[in-house]
Amino acid sequence: MQAIRAEHLSKRYALGSRPAANATFREMVSNSLRAPFRRLRRLGGTAPEEDLLWALRDVSFCVNAGEVVGVVGRNGAGKSTLLKILSRVTEPTEGRVELAGRVSSLLEVGTGFHPELTGRENIFLNGAILGMGRGEIARKFDEIVAFSELEKFLDTPVKHYSSGMYVRLAFAVAAHLEPEILLVDEVLAVGDVQFQRKCLGRMGSATREGRTVIFVSHNMTAVQSLCSRVLWIDGGGIVEDGESARVVGAYLERNNEILMSRSWDDLGVAPGNESVRLCRVEVSPEGEDPCAPMTVETPVRVAFECWNYVDGSPLNMSMVVYDQQDVCVFNSVSDSRRLPRGRFRAVCRIPGNFLNDGRYRVRVLVVREQSVPLLDADNLAVFEIHDTERPGGWFGKWVGVVRPALTWTLEPA
Amino acid sequence: MAERSRIVIEPSRGWLAFDIKSLWEYRELLGVLIRRDIKVRYSQTVLGAAWVVLQAVATTGMFTLVFGTLVKIPSEGYPYAVYVFSALLPWTFFANAVSASGNSLVNSSGLIGKVYFPRLVIPFASVGAGLVDFCISTVLLLLLLLILGTGWSASLLAAPFLLGAVAITALGVGIFLSALVVSYRDFRHVIPFLLQVWMFATPVVYPATLVPERWRWVLHLNPLSGLIGGFRSAFLGRPFDLPALAVSCAWAVLLFLLGIAYFEKAERRFADII
Repeated sequence: MQAIRAEHLSKRYALGSRPAANATFREMVSNSLRAPFRRLRRLGGTAPEEDLLWALRDVSFCVNAGEVVGVVGRNGAGKSTLLKILSRVTEPTEGRVELAGRVSSLLEVGTGFHPELTGRENIFLNGAILGMGRGEIARKFDEIVAFSELEKFLDTPVKHYSSGMYVRLAFAVAAHLEPEILLVDEVLAVGDVQFQRKCLGRMGSATREGRTVIFVSHNMTAVQSLCSRVLWIDGGGIVEDGESARVVGAYLERNNEILMSRSWDDLGVAPGNESVRLCRVEVSPEGEDPCAPMTVETPVRVAFECWNYVDGSPLNMSMVVYDQQDVCVFNSVSDSRRLPRGRFRAVCRIPGNFLNDGRYRVRVLVVREQSVPLLDADNLAVFEIHDTERPGGWFGKWVGVVRPALTWTLEPA
Repeated sequence: MAERSRIVIEPSRGWLAFDIKSLWEYRELLGVLIRRDIKVRYSQTVLGAAWVVLQAVATTGMFTLVFGTLVKIPSEGYPYAVYVFSALLPWTFFANAVSASGNSLVNSSGLIGKVYFPRLVIPFASVGAGLVDFCISTVLLLLLLLILGTGWSASLLAAPFLLGAVAITALGVGIFLSALVVSYRDFRHVIPFLLQVWMFATPVVYPATLVPERWRWVLHLNPLSGLIGGFRSAFLGRPFDLPALAVSCAWAVLLFLLGIAYFEKAERRFADII
């Protein structure tokens, strides 16, 4: 049963200050007077496509009912255009889409919120704009309010809300949509971490209910955990379309998007071979909160879980970390140990005050007898170290591959 | 769950792609938007909807003073205040509806770029929101008729139909302008001027009989003159000028269809250029 069937979709935009038509009436008059001359020139061989941009070019794909498909790609790759066409906000220039079922789209949170209206009134307004019936909203009203945790502020105009409250109310309405097909743009990028997690959880349960979801995001961790299949779009076309771990891996090789954890539930597709396979990688800050931001001061914990198929094999791990310029920052090797057949875990701790701020990529090797590499997997995870508050008045980029806190003495000699 | 609907998205072609079914499906949104416009209009004001009454009284008073007392425009035997108010009432509704719906799309650009619904809902809602003001003013006029001794007549029953015709005319003009403003922002500045000229081209502050017999046909070119005259007849209990009404109604339908045809053609570009 197909829920979405897109055939040869293309979307063309006119570039420059003059979009598709004339911006002002005066320009229309002057342009229509000049048009005959322009046409003459065009006959002379000037390319008519000079200032046209194809945001999407000949994109075809099908999505089965109940499938959750992630769409990844750099900014300007055509992801949002695709979503706008699927949600009928804009028309394709060429091609055709068939959608089977009720469609809701979340291209932003709080579409149509009116600042003068109260939270209660905006729930009804936003719900209606997103396609919910009045009865449906009334039925879910209490649930929406509870989800937003804004019971006390329901009768306050939303212009007095903080931006966090605004987003919470908006997402609460959106989270209660029950379409058969849900189109979601990068809306989870807003709101505090705790609320983000709640929304992701809610989306996860939506997908388990058999809903078809198209999810556009830069958050590779979310894409991996929510989607079974990923479309990678670049330059208006599909680069790859397939099982999410594979496509995200391929995408990460070309782009440094943050990916803190990955797991392979199906050992058949996990990196490795008949001796050893990788099941899970997770980068997290050392401490209580796995979502706390990682600064140059934070110790970082990198955990690997593998499956060993050869009983008693003497194995050790080797982790290599690269920075964004592909410079190898370090290679760290564990002790060797004879491990029984089955799952094992290896954890490496990178101390605080060691890495500079920036993005780092993790590569891991599993080595037998400290000499034979059994497994070598690159692009396993990408994490970001943030700068921290510095004493003094200098805020420029801190040079160096690493930023160790070394011991100094400073005294009059 | 509703039965499986099938949506096909394709580049649209041709002039008449008007989809009345989808407009009907979104009637609840229409209601919600009308309620929003009404609530927002007088939010954070002390007097609220009393402003409608104040504005009507002030305008009528001003016109009575200038045109009735100073210029001494004839009012066919009625007190000038009710005479001008009975025409000012539908005119104000028309002018507000045209100006609100004309600017409505540009003012809703946030919605248009982010979510799908039939775009026609937006100008329709702007016209609908003006009905409340119209009703409040009507009550005021009816009271004034009693106070000034003109009284009520059975002709009042025609008012709802006349209101419908004025609304359809306003929709036609407003829908057309709203789509035009999206492409050419120039028309935002044209609208107030257009309405001012239009008011004086319509027998609102003066009786149609003031126009010389020879030039009376020119009034028929104005879609509103028959309807405004009709309103005056309904409130003051005078005989209706049926030919003029028929011409105005024909205009109303024509403008409505033209407005929708242009809108539907322009609609497919809205999200890209707004």
